[in-house]
Amino acid sequence: MNSAQIEIQIIASLVAVACAIPGTFLVLRKMAMISDAISHSILPGIVIGFFITHDLNSPLLILLAALAGIITVVLVEYIQKTGLVKEDTAIGLVFPALFSIGVIMIAKNANDVHLDVDAVLLGELAFAPFDRLLIAGVNVGPKSLWIIGTILIITITLLIAFFKELKVSTFDAGLAASLGFSPAIMHYGLMSVSSVTTVGAFDAVGAILVVALMIAPAATAYLLTTNLKKMLALAIIFGIFSAISGYWLAHWLDASIAGSITTMLGLLFLAVYLFAPSKGIIAVLYREKQQRTEVSLLTFLLHLKNHNEEEERHVNHLNEHINWQKVRSKTVLDLALKNNMISIENSIVSLTEKGDDFTSQAIDYIITNEDAKIEHMKDDFFLFRG
Amino acid sequence: MEKELKKNIRDSNSIYKTPASAGVIAVQVDDLTVAYNYKPVLWDIDLEIPEGVLMAIVGPNGAGKSTLIKAILGILKPIAGSVSIYKKPYEEQRKLVAYVPQKGSVDWDFPTTALDVVMMGTYGSLGWIKRPKQKEKKAALEALEKVGMLAFKNRQISQLSGGQQQRIFLARALVQNASIYFMDEPFQGVDATTEIAIINILKELRKAGKTVIVVHHDLQTVPEYFDWVTFLNVKKIATGPVKDIFNDDNLTKTYGINYKVSIQE
Repeated sequence: MNSAQIEIQIIASLVAVACAIPGTFLVLRKMAMISDAISHSILPGIVIGFFITHDLNSPLLILLAALAGIITVVLVEYIQKTGLVKEDTAIGLVFPALFSIGVIMIAKNANDVHLDVDAVLLGELAFAPFDRLLIAGVNVGPKSLWIIGTILIITITLLIAFFKELKVSTFDAGLAASLGFSPAIMHYGLMSVSSVTTVGAFDAVGAILVVALMIAPAATAYLLTTNLKKMLALAIIFGIFSAISGYWLAHWLDASIAGSITTMLGLLFLAVYLFAPSKGIIAVLYREKQQRTEVSLLTFLLHLKNHNEEEERHVNHLNEHINWQKVRSKTVLDLALKNNMISIENSIVSLTEKGDDFTSQAIDYIITNEDAKIEHMKDDFFLFRG
Repeated sequence: MEKELKKNIRDSNSIYKTPASAGVIAVQVDDLTVAYNYKPVLWDIDLEIPEGVLMAIVGPNGAGKSTLIKAILGILKPIAGSVSIYKKPYEEQRKLVAYVPQKGSVDWDFPTTALDVVMMGTYGSLGWIKRPKQKEKKAALEALEKVGMLAFKNRQISQLSGGQQQRIFLARALVQNASIYFMDEPFQGVDATTEIAIINILKELRKAGKTVIVVHHDLQTVPEYFDWVTFLNVKKIATGPVKDIFNDDNLTKTYGINYKVSIQE
């Protein structure tokens, strides 16, 4: 690895972390699409800033772009508040309008400079190491490293300082307001951080992919944990993992770095979506299958409890009486035997004491929905897990 | 006069008082009008809630019951009128007030535990930036115990039943150790056991001299649960002791149809 490669990976990782933090809260606030809107509509801010400073990395440009981001959010909320259109429609109206203003401004005025639509949409991480920051003539590293590093430090400081406020206003805005933590301040604070981060990441990954870096790591982490701090940590780890593995994927394929990072994010999400222990698709399907079996088991046990006649309890007649196919009755019979809920003598099935207790409790639970008594059963049976 | 008032505020914070004693007004609402998109949902409300009552706010859907609570708590901005808590604006009295929103107003899939939600009740007294410590955790655990949910403290909140979620919300209000409690439909979607548990806690709060204001739907239980009632339907219809004003006349005025409830004495 040469130093340019290392620098690119560090920049990509810092961008990923800086995006994952506000992204986690955007996902929890169901505002993922707002990040899409911001990432596009900051373009006119960038273009105007560029005309004034002729420097893509100028702080003024970042401020103007962040301002454009805030204007987007305000406009979306204003249109939505009129009650004439829904939020998603308002988003769809605002950001293309602002974005197209930016596109026209570039086409009219910036044809001969290196600000073109491709770079804006996709970014160019590979060139980041060429643009150095010189302090008093000394080369201190790539400019984008300094920019995203500064943004990241500010983001982390704000996150640590206002973690509790962010959490309560995200979970319960009404409570936050009544406690004196203005949800509006937290909302616009988060929007400002998202806008500034988007601008900082823009140069590296472009308008489209910055959305992926904000949303995908958080969405992936959400499937794996029920703890906000862990969700943040996982989102950060997934972001860094995708940034570095994406870089090497691009290296290997000789393709766009930003595109490869996003591909990795997508693959990572897919893997977790399939294999996550409790919310993953496979786990859900398995649980549903278990539940079906357990409902069958309960039905079967209840049948035994309700019937004393021997003919109703004969192994060979069970199929007809409960109207099941042979395979299913066999599975249920085995399950009940394995759990010592029934005994079979001379082909006549009877409930054991344990089976009888279990059935009574289960029926109690289903009828009264009284939780406390069967807490212990929840661990044995999926059915009672709500 | 001023001095006496201050003393009353202090007393109500710490010492048990007899209900509705000495006619101290806990919450005063003057000429309050709230509108959504210029359509008034609450119209010129005047309301005095005496200290130490357990009060139901009743009225049909869309009567503005939740809106009234939200306006008192500064969550919604009224277009006219004012609210005071012990003679001062709400902003200065936040710490005297606890709020239980409707259960459906939050996302129960939020990645957090029961204990953590209850801890949120301590955030108000902590103020900005400061983090909850051992003391706050201890208070939250005590509140969980009071609502019978200690065993569930580490359970993710989506794994709780509706009744359990409501108890968590109640515990979160208890941990605020306030003088006035506002609750928005705490009995909605809870099982009978939880309903009894909640009303017992509310009655205990009242006994301890706290003022409890509850948006309530089930008219049958009003005389049994509450000692004070406000009828609301965009305008205030009536307010006062249940035994004096909870009658067919006021119910008919509020709900617009002939209402007959048999009040068991």
